[in-house]
Amino acid sequence: MSQGSVGKPMDRVDGMLKVTGRAKYAAEHVLPNLAHAVIVTSTVAKGQVILLDANAARCAAGVIAVISHLNAPKLPYREHKSPLDPAGERLHVLQDDAVLFNGQPIAIVVAETLDQAEYAASLVRAEYASKTPSLDFVGALGHAVMPDVSRVPNSPFPASTCRGDPELALAKADVKIDAEYLIPRQQHNPIEPHATIAQWEGDQLTLWDKTQWVVNVRNELAAIFGLSPDNVHVISPFVGGAFGTTLRAWSHVTLSALAAKYVGRPVKLVLTRRQMYSQTGYRPETWQRVTIGASYNGRLSAIVHRAVAETSNYEQYVDRVVDSSRFLHSCPNVATHYAILPLDVHTPVYMRAPGTASGIFALECAMDELAYELQMDPVALRLLNEPARDESVNLPFSSRSTRECYRLGSEHFGWAARKPEPRSMRDGRWLIGWGMATSVYHTICGRAEARVRLFADGHAEVESAASDMGPGTYTSMTQVASDTLGIRPECVRFSLGDSTFPYASPHGGSLTMASVGSAVYRACMTARAKILALLHADARSPLRGASLDIIDATDGRLFLRANQSCGERYQEIFERHGLDVLEVTEMMQPGDEQHQYSMKAFGALFAEVGVDRDLGIIQVRRMVGVYAAGRIVNPKMARSQLISGMVGGIGMALMEHTITDRQSGCIVNADLANYLVPVNADIGALEPFFVEESDPHVNPLGVKGVGELALVGVAPAIANAIFHATGKRIREFPITADKLI
Amino acid sequence: MPPTGFSPNLTVNLAVNGAQQAVTVDVRSSLLDLLREQLHLTGAKKGCNHGSCGACTVLIDGRRVLSCLTLAATCDGAAVTTVEGLAQEGGLHPLQAAFIEHDAFQCGYCTPGQLVSGVACIAEGHTGSLQETREWMSGNICRCGAYPGIVAAVCNVARKLES
Repeated sequence: MSQGSVGKPMDRVDGMLKVTGRAKYAAEHVLPNLAHAVIVTSTVAKGQVILLDANAARCAAGVIAVISHLNAPKLPYREHKSPLDPAGERLHVLQDDAVLFNGQPIAIVVAETLDQAEYAASLVRAEYASKTPSLDFVGALGHAVMPDVSRVPNSPFPASTCRGDPELALAKADVKIDAEYLIPRQQHNPIEPHATIAQWEGDQLTLWDKTQWVVNVRNELAAIFGLSPDNVHVISPFVGGAFGTTLRAWSHVTLSALAAKYVGRPVKLVLTRRQMYSQTGYRPETWQRVTIGASYNGRLSAIVHRAVAETSNYEQYVDRVVDSSRFLHSCPNVATHYAILPLDVHTPVYMRAPGTASGIFALECAMDELAYELQMDPVALRLLNEPARDESVNLPFSSRSTRECYRLGSEHFGWAARKPEPRSMRDGRWLIGWGMATSVYHTICGRAEARVRLFADGHAEVESAASDMGPGTYTSMTQVASDTLGIRPECVRFSLGDSTFPYASPHGGSLTMASVGSAVYRACMTARAKILALLHADARSPLRGASLDIIDATDGRLFLRANQSCGERYQEIFERHGLDVLEVTEMMQPGDEQHQYSMKAFGALFAEVGVDRDLGIIQVRRMVGVYAAGRIVNPKMARSQLISGMVGGIGMALMEHTITDRQSGCIVNADLANYLVPVNADIGALEPFFVEESDPHVNPLGVKGVGELALVGVAPAIANAIFHATGKRIREFPITADKLI
Repeated sequence: MPPTGFSPNLTVNLAVNGAQQAVTVDVRSSLLDLLREQLHLTGAKKGCNHGSCGACTVLIDGRRVLSCLTLAATCDGAAVTTVEGLAQEGGLHPLQAAFIEHDAFQCGYCTPGQLVSGVACIAEGHTGSLQETREWMSGNICRCGAYPGIVAAVCNVARKLES
């Protein structure tokens, strides 16, 4: 790649659309004859609908239809699972009278206007034969089960692992930490609600949908309606935040298509904020117990990490809660156990750094507890137990710059001035605490394809069925294409969010840059190679016979790297060869590197909190994060992602908590007034830094991704800082004032 | 339930981004739904529909209001400014340009509300310090967490307008 825009803090290419209100999100596409749909939901958690009275609703002004299990068409619901979908069977919406959770759709009202649909929905009356639901997570911990998927050989989520003899090592350990940690259910709460507009033309279904994975929505809806995937077209150019919540096609997508078919008109369906809490996934409530054994000199001898996470009674959501404990710190004897607890709730889903953020909270708080027990500095404890290779799989790390992260982080934060004793640092009435934690996220690369069309006038169109929920896919792909083709960024138009574009893996797990970025890079390189092939025997070209490795390109011109005056413009080449456009599609898919290296991004988080000595009010005054994530394509946007993770971590540690009524299953704080998330006033100075890291093994671009990494470690660094400030070890999120006084 | 034959509509005269118009609205309709569903001005966003998130913030007669909690029927004679009306003469409002410069957004969904709120915050004189600006910009949630960029953009534009 030639030196150009990659690595530079380029402004977002879609910035203009976003600041002028012209970026069109799912619910904002204008269609003629559009009807509006509103969902009616169950008010019990388990049982049957025995009466559904829609007469008043049907008579209300503007109502076109009320659809429930009594009159909904039976849908084929063919078998379909994406690699992200959990074991079990998805909710079959409006297909029978069964109620599996509180807030489940039981009817849908379609009307001419939104006001009419909302009013009519309020008139639908339901009665239930209700059964006693199982909803008490902590009370039911004893009923946790092993997930089915981890019984499959080579599952990425083995439920139980063990190396060495942890029990024996614990018995012999000089020092032992044994603690339990609780994380409540948390919601993604993107500011854009889930929304779908569905339109049928014959048996052709078009969906304008909020999704991180257009291809999966296409395949899932095709399976549900018994169509060929070619009959479903999914369009999603802008996603107003997601954080994992749109990695599945939830039941409202089906409902919008079902309603549109039923009324023979395009239908718009937007979830209310309250409905987002019960019809889309969440980070599951999680119980963890971490037991660590160490010698007096601080060497770890044993780690046992157990976790139980909630799931629904119809699907087994699993994630990586305990995985990091196997490799983050060097330790000869490690056991991990992971179980799930099915409840009468709806199914969780991946939420930013799924599993890892939860697991690292327990592990890194336990490490902090160990540091105090040993009277060691927490950074020194981690440095002492820094592994030389990934001990869980016995492979070298493709790169691991944790030492540099700790060193730079300590320096930027001023860690050396920390007084280790709890309650030893003050600022007037504020108790000051400094805490730290390690961050890690595995580097994933998925299959992705990109199509490049290079035109005679030197501009290019690049397409992939990728998504941009905020990290800046539009911009970073433009940078890669610009540099690789050697044309100015203004000459590149990158398009995404359309299921007819070449395939892309889900926009999650921080894999987009590695996967789609590498596909774009390859497609552009192939385009260059094809042009050189044209010139191979072209007597009129100064580049005749030149090979790819001695060529560079900038500003629409190919030239010899060793002699820049020897070259010619794309325009000249295309004209001479009678070409209007050169089209190339290339694919990226992970190779053997995963079996040769352990590939992960790392970071170190340092937090300063102030805790009011009498009132227990907590302020996160400042945070420093240092990250090693391979090549950074756009430092401006990567920095924004890291700040975003710090803000998310403040919410995770101090505010976020979905509260379920254990009798009815009703989520009692299903809005943004009572489910607290950080606002501007909650945010102090947040300073992210990068460690220079070159990783030739991970993928062709050498990128590791930062979206998930950004969240991991933030919450435990804050929890550890709160202990340092107050001397109180709170092992249950959110850490609120009432727990400190 | 309304009596049969009840017509819940009335006509409202209002100016939206300078354009005077008479619109027939459902008396139940919020200003936000009028803008988005009827006038197809989708710059103002619906995030919570409960006045908690600020994504729907617009100016009425220069004051910032939550359009999801404002009945359209009460807007007779009002001058409404949405994000679409901030830009001047084909260019960008200085705060829009500053949002791009400071990367004060990621997904962009809360951005119209943040921008309108920011313009009002500057006009109100609530940008005396970082802390004051944070406080007065706290009615607008950004779930992507672009708060430092938002505050930097608002404060920088406030300083420029002062000088």
